[in-house]
Amino acid sequence: MTQSNCSGAETASNGVCLFTLPEPLVFRSGAELSGVQLAYETFGTLAADKSNAVLVCHALTGDSHVASSVHGGQVKPGWWDEYVGPGKPVDTDRFFVICSNILGSCYGSSGPASINPATGSPYGLDFPVVTITDMVRAQRQLVRHFGISRLCAVTGGSLGGMQVLEWAARYPEMVAAAVPIATTTRHSAQAIAFNEVARQSVISDPNWQQGAYYGGPAPDLGLAVARMIGHITYLSDESMHVKFGRNLQNREQLSFNFETDFQVESYLHHQGRKFVQRFDANSFLYVTKAADYFDLELEKPESYASQAFKSSDTRFLVISFTSDWLYPSYQSKTLVTHLQRAGRDVSFCDITEKWGHDAFLLPNNHFADILGGFFSHVR
Amino acid sequence: MSANQTAALRPLRFDQQVIASWIEPETRVLDLGCGDGQLLGHLVREKQVHGTGIELSEAYVAQCIGQGLSVVHGNVNEELPNYPDKAFDYVIVSQTLQQVHRPTKMLEQLLRVGRFGIVSFPNFGYWKVRLQAMFGGRAPKTRELPYEWYDTPNIRVLTLEDFRKYGEEIPFRIMRQEAVAMPGGDPFPRRVNLLPNLRASYGIFMIEGR
Repeated sequence: MTQSNCSGAETASNGVCLFTLPEPLVFRSGAELSGVQLAYETFGTLAADKSNAVLVCHALTGDSHVASSVHGGQVKPGWWDEYVGPGKPVDTDRFFVICSNILGSCYGSSGPASINPATGSPYGLDFPVVTITDMVRAQRQLVRHFGISRLCAVTGGSLGGMQVLEWAARYPEMVAAAVPIATTTRHSAQAIAFNEVARQSVISDPNWQQGAYYGGPAPDLGLAVARMIGHITYLSDESMHVKFGRNLQNREQLSFNFETDFQVESYLHHQGRKFVQRFDANSFLYVTKAADYFDLELEKPESYASQAFKSSDTRFLVISFTSDWLYPSYQSKTLVTHLQRAGRDVSFCDITEKWGHDAFLLPNNHFADILGGFFSHVR
Repeated sequence: MSANQTAALRPLRFDQQVIASWIEPETRVLDLGCGDGQLLGHLVREKQVHGTGIELSEAYVAQCIGQGLSVVHGNVNEELPNYPDKAFDYVIVSQTLQQVHRPTKMLEQLLRVGRFGIVSFPNFGYWKVRLQAMFGGRAPKTRELPYEWYDTPNIRVLTLEDFRKYGEEIPFRIMRQEAVAMPGGDPFPRRVNLLPNLRASYGIFMIEGR
């Protein structure tokens, strides 16, 4: 439950470690940035021979706090508490779990809200456009900082799953097992479309000011609407029906105006309001763009992923959820087919679940058994 | 975890024991319709094979992966074409053939992706089956074929003799064969050498493409 200290790195006030990349980061766009920082946390103990490390990659707007820890005498729950911790499927009694905040985000890692040393003010849109490749390049420097040459496993869901696939494709020799969950090898036009509507919502907010809103009012209305759009794609028709139906919110009858009539409306408003308190609008633009740009191009034999998957020894466990319409099961199946063709060691399960894309974050015994069983055999 | 342990501790069915005895150690094995992974797990543990399963049931897939086995959730006829030629030394179809819609398509793919195929199925030429059909005048229901005609997963009925003849059409060569009697509850399942098509309840064949 307790975190290891931040050896060789700064400790931020909330117990999160800050690692400054020793080498400049060359982005896929060609941009180069030195002094890039990653915020990270670790759970469990790194073995003397550094053989027990697991990297967990978080989703779009997540952070490094994957599992519970005690800070200031208080237990701070993690976003994947169901699955990471002592005795949990990813067992921190056995594994040394590393989780770093992604590049471009706003929880301590370098991103558009960070201070540009050249100007002394936030980068805003001067921050280089980030891709999944860049996120993983930065993570790799962090992993190397621990002296780890091979990770027992890399796992994560959604955008985290894309990072898992990028790791397995770019650095197969460093990844003993890859567990991509509820993810895709490339965004569909539909997924890009939803992200673009969300970005346009931010960009059309008059407060956005070409991303130079720091110190003034932030584009909160646009960002809240963007989050509402995202939330719809994380749920499913059935889960919305089960949760809200057509139930009215705090009223007996329809209002016949544009106040909040339905519970589902109230829920989305609440999600939007909560989100603007915790997330930076520019970061949202950057990380959604990174998701849209991601494409393993598996059908192209000369792509880096096709090449890597032909020769890698990485064991794959691919998991999808039947009601996920953001990254539907067929997209995971496509990945599995490519891995089968390449003769790789791959397991796959399409878990029947009604909660939509968000299912990988929710309690599920089936999922826990699969994950725990697989990890108990990870070496 | 208890389900996984059960699968690991339960002794192999007699036909599975025969199959396991045919598999060379450290080979590549694909088990089609691998169920809860009992045979595959045995081969991985005892023979250090590189094993993969394909299984339609989500619950079984979860059990298999939970045991550390590599299993793909899917339909055999859809998954088999994904594997490269001769990707495996053995492809096992243990008591699945009689449940497949297009067995010829499956066997052709099986012989493409594997050096050898190992096929086991209940023998419809078994004397108890014959007696029931002949004297009862009804679709047979035995310990080996325990289903009513309307809810059976077995959509094909075949005898050992049918399978031998089948090899001339596909075509495949029979490398090894074993006829066994496995009456349910009988603690002494045995090999049947005399009149196997009449006396054996199950047949097990190792085949190779011609």
